Amino acid sequence: MRMFAAFIIWLMMSFSVLAVGVDEVRLSDPAEEARAQNIMKQLRCLVCQNQSIVDSDAGLAKDLRIIVRERVIEGDDDQQVLTYMTSRYGDWVLLKPPFDGATIVLWLSPFLLLMIGFFVIYKNQTARKTTGNSVPLSAEEKKRLKSLLKDKGNK
Amino acid sequence: MWIKKFIPFLIFCVISLALYVGLNLNPGIIPSALINKPIPEFSLPVVGGEEVGFSSADLIAEDEVVLVNFFASWCAPCYVEHPYLMKLKERGYKIYGVSYKDKARATNKFITTQGDPYYKIAADEDGRVAIDWGWSGVPETYIIKNGVIKYKHVGPIHEMEFEDKIMSIIESIDQ
Repeated sequence: MRMFAAFIIWLMMSFSVLAVGVDEVRLSDPAEEARAQNIMKQLRCLVCQNQSIVDSDAGLAKDLRIIVRERVIEGDDDQQVLTYMTSRYGDWVLLKPPFDGATIVLWLSPFLLLMIGFFVIYKNQTARKTTGNSVPLSAEEKKRLKSLLKDKGNK
Repeated sequence: MWIKKFIPFLIFCVISLALYVGLNLNPGIIPSALINKPIPEFSLPVVGGEEVGFSSADLIAEDEVVLVNFFASWCAPCYVEHPYLMKLKERGYKIYGVSYKDKARATNKFITTQGDPYYKIAADEDGRVAIDWGWSGVPETYIIKNGVIKYKHVGPIHEMEFEDKIMSIIESIDQ
């Protein structure tokens, strides 16, 4: 059983998180290479949908990885490298879109929907409470109910 | 409140409309960041040579509308597009051709067998100039006036869109 559980956990593990851009040429300084890898993970491959340039073997993704490494060596900070890319390919190249006027709906709609959900729940709860305090049965009604239930029991 | 009953239906309509529009968009078309921006600075050599084929200065110096077409002999859609580039040449438009990551011999063979629609051809052997243009795949065509990128067409120019789309865009920019 324990083996089975371990196997299931192993199946569910995502190894792509650990993926690195495999190229022949890597930066000799491991810290700089790690920084370059981190930038690459934020950049969308332009010829394949929803892959970062780290995950892609496309020619263009390869070229963009080379550029990222060059920029890192030249001392650009992360934001400068991302700006270099967006000035050519627009915000589309970023896997995480920036928060601005054009994307405000995208960023805020989850919270808005959550608020609507809470509002609907709140409304339902209060509606239930108001219908809850109904008038109790009168003595005559109780008697009738009893006889009806009895009737059913006999059949 | 009768209108309350229609709220789910209205939400359904809005979502349907959004999906109808969204799912019909072509995911291959990347909005260009360079529209209405000056062309990037570059200088590219002639195919198989050292001397300058053309540079950004050549494009800026042009008074009329010019086209920049990225192509490659190894690119199948470029063969589909080629007759329409020839047509553009016949109509008097200057097309600057950039041979993308291609061998000089292959490019020359492509031109001699398919015809030469280009005013000038330069070679982008390592593909770096293409990236400065926000390029994502061959073929790609940019419409330029006074050194400013006015329009970008991704993919081959098909027969279907040649007159209605490409020509009408060129003519509207030309005015």
